[in-house]
Amino acid sequence: MNVAVAKTGSGRAVSDVFASAQGRLPGSAAIAEARRQAFETYERLGLPHRRIEEWKYTDLRALVGEVLPLAATPDAAALSRATEAVKAQAFAGARKLVLVDGVFAPELSDLAALGPEISLTTLREALDKDAGGDLLKTASTDAMISLNAALATDGVVLAIRDGAQLSVPVQIIHVATVSSASVVTRSQLRIGNGARVTIIESFAPAATAGAYQVIDALILSIGDDADVAHIRLMDDAPDAVNVTSAIVTIGARTKLNLFNMTTGAAVSRLQGFITLAGEGSTLAANGVNLLRKTEHGDTTLVVDHAVPGCTSRETFRAVVDDRGHSVFQGRIIVRPDAQKTDGKMMTRALLLSDEAEADNKPELEIFADDVSCGHGATAGALDDSLLFYLRARGLPEKEAQALLIQAFVGEAIEEIADDGLREHVIGLAERWLEARK
Amino acid sequence: MPAVQETVDRVRRIDVDQYRYGFETLIDSEKAPKGLSEDIVKFISGKKNEPAWMLEWRLEAYRRWLTMREPTWARVDYPRIDYQDIYYYAAPKPKKSVSSLDEIDPEILKTYEKLGIPLREVAVLEGVEPKPSESDPPARKIAVDAVFDSVSVATTFKAELKKAGVIFMPISEAIREHPELVQKYLGSVVPTSDNFYATLNSAVFSDGSFVYVPPGVRCPMELSTYFRINERNTGQFERTLIIADKGSYVSYLEGCTAPQRDENQLHAAVVELVALDDAEIKYSTVQNWYPGNSEGVGGIYNFVTKRGDCRGANSKISWTQVETGSAITWKYPSCILRGDNSRGEFYSIAISNGFQQVDSGTKMIHLGRNTTSRIISKGIAAGKSQNTYRGLVTAHRKATGARNFTACDSLLIGDKCGAHTVPYIEAKNSSATFEHEATTSKISEDVLFYCVQRGLSQEEAVGLVVNGFVKDVLQQLPMEFAVEAQKLISISLEGSVG
Repeated sequence: MNVAVAKTGSGRAVSDVFASAQGRLPGSAAIAEARRQAFETYERLGLPHRRIEEWKYTDLRALVGEVLPLAATPDAAALSRATEAVKAQAFAGARKLVLVDGVFAPELSDLAALGPEISLTTLREALDKDAGGDLLKTASTDAMISLNAALATDGVVLAIRDGAQLSVPVQIIHVATVSSASVVTRSQLRIGNGARVTIIESFAPAATAGAYQVIDALILSIGDDADVAHIRLMDDAPDAVNVTSAIVTIGARTKLNLFNMTTGAAVSRLQGFITLAGEGSTLAANGVNLLRKTEHGDTTLVVDHAVPGCTSRETFRAVVDDRGHSVFQGRIIVRPDAQKTDGKMMTRALLLSDEAEADNKPELEIFADDVSCGHGATAGALDDSLLFYLRARGLPEKEAQALLIQAFVGEAIEEIADDGLREHVIGLAERWLEARK
Repeated sequence: MPAVQETVDRVRRIDVDQYRYGFETLIDSEKAPKGLSEDIVKFISGKKNEPAWMLEWRLEAYRRWLTMREPTWARVDYPRIDYQDIYYYAAPKPKKSVSSLDEIDPEILKTYEKLGIPLREVAVLEGVEPKPSESDPPARKIAVDAVFDSVSVATTFKAELKKAGVIFMPISEAIREHPELVQKYLGSVVPTSDNFYATLNSAVFSDGSFVYVPPGVRCPMELSTYFRINERNTGQFERTLIIADKGSYVSYLEGCTAPQRDENQLHAAVVELVALDDAEIKYSTVQNWYPGNSEGVGGIYNFVTKRGDCRGANSKISWTQVETGSAITWKYPSCILRGDNSRGEFYSIAISNGFQQVDSGTKMIHLGRNTTSRIISKGIAAGKSQNTYRGLVTAHRKATGARNFTACDSLLIGDKCGAHTVPYIEAKNSSATFEHEATTSKISEDVLFYCVQRGLSQEEAVGLVVNGFVKDVLQQLPMEFAVEAQKLISISLEGSVG
């Protein structure tokens, strides 16, 4: 439709945000030019709204209204506030990389433990060296990805060597310690051929933080014959906003397991653009939204089968309580040459309250004939007969519900291969259920 | 599993170049000047001897249309339409006022004969109906309203329907004879401001069918309209309004054809259905407008707004469509399930070949309590066509106990075409239960395994499953139409069951 209405009050406010941020954004003149172009792309579209098809159910103009000024570079006090949050989020044994208020915090990270197979630099360093100009570029024309490129203050740039077999996960922890400010990071992960690695990404607030906005981007490219898991745990403050874009490219014969769980934020959206660019790869992109109060959680996945012979599976579960609103949009694209594609997507929503809402838009876009693709979608309440069965055996109602909900979300969680990590995620889901009681 | 060779061959055989209804009838016709303006709207209204309120209604729609823009969200691609380069009114030149079929231009009757439409009810009416033998059951009666370009040329069985109290007439006559009904219901389902094409239709519609079934009446026969575009450079804008009063039932069929030309012609119809308490409307379409030739030249642009309103409790509206024609189809027959316990159904087979583009589906809008809906959509894309299912299922907060089941399956034949599925599923209360499934693949392995295990060959098993599956949608059509539709499709739906 006509997007010419993009110039609203919020559209103008963001240009002030950009202007005032320019002085402290890393990068040379060439980088500044790339940022200016990205910002122009954003300005043409403005904050996404319901008239843009991809954002139909997540109208950021109505839900968020404006982009907040960038958070200040964290001082010692902010870093010490972040320490607690890092402790709470850390997965036992993982090598931590911590970003506080959009800036890499080496003092909170396990740099020494990274080992020779991982090379790390920060986005800031890369941009200052003028080496990372293409870090800000993507083929996408999405407004939020462009805004991220314009405003990104820092991020991690990780490269994992060919053949690296990492038995311990790498965990990137994003901590916000601020209120009423935005946190914008952009990270790049390059995973070499034959590498085997688990990456965890956690989003969490420090105790005093609130009403902040996270506008994040992750560029993940994986070589051939690799085996990668990326587990994202989004547990932001209840009044925060988190819009994360993930741009993923997968090589040949690679196995990738993506998982996302949303348990926080007033408004959140994870938009994943995943391209299967090498033959014989297998993708699992699963997710769970656990929403309550007036939380709005959106998971949007575009899986692009660009080459023949790949398999993709998407399993998504939403549990929506109170006046929560869950959105799932999944699109499977099969390009003309991508014969022998096997793509399946299943999205299910469980509505626990009469005012809860779940919107599902599972799309198929298919240009090849020898394929097997499908999707399913359901929405409904807990099965009364199952509840009755459990209650007849003496379980209190809430417990019976919790048991059924656990089983419901379990289907999306169970594909996490690492036992410890899977238990950790189940624990987080249980914690959400506990709070319900 | 790719489509088996047999299926591919059958699709080739019904290739678009072999359009059977592509002939043109040479008759004198009367046309309004090209283009659209308030004067044209007044001209059409004047031609129809319409009352002032109707002209006002049209003009209001026209003025609103001027402020609207063509929708671009559908997955269809075509050059801009010049709305000033179309004749908005074309009618066969009347010899004098027509009072019986014999006075209709014999050329037109011949056209309908060629199309196989039984306009002549003579045998039945004059009592010379041959005695039905035991092996040959009596033919079922169908009342036909034939619309030729912009006007209705004949409506059959009027007398018999009148006996039952059913009103079935061209809408232009209904505006004059039953203004109270038309005024009450026209635009109440598809308002004049609804969308670009519906608004255009509201301004310039020239004819169409009007049906009113009084309370408690089960319409004694199938009602049918046959639409034919004949003139060059014309658009056809018909408007259909069907009202089923409390406890009544009506089944309505619609068929469409057009001559083979290398220009694109616009067809922008509006169909409104109103079902009051306990009433049921069954609306079936076999759409076979000229699809263009194998190079993608010519064909009808079919931009149609169809919507049914289950206004009363326990009412039911069922849409069945077999879409094989048109260069571009943009059509979403919908149900507004307002009455408690009302039910909406949508059964569709959409076949695209050559350069055809189909963007079709349905909307089920659950507003009342315990409303149910069912969507069965089968899309087949061949040649270089694009076939999209686009559907919305939504349950309002107050629509407690709403239920929907949706199954949409697609089959691709060849690697130059595309099949797409774009469903929107919105549940706004916890007691709504929605189930949706879509596949683009072969018949379920489990089902085949089951059959093969019991001694059937793979081919037999496929045949068995496909047969049962085709019935599923075709069964929804009245018998006469089912036969026609089957002939029209004449390809199996192998590989699309999931």
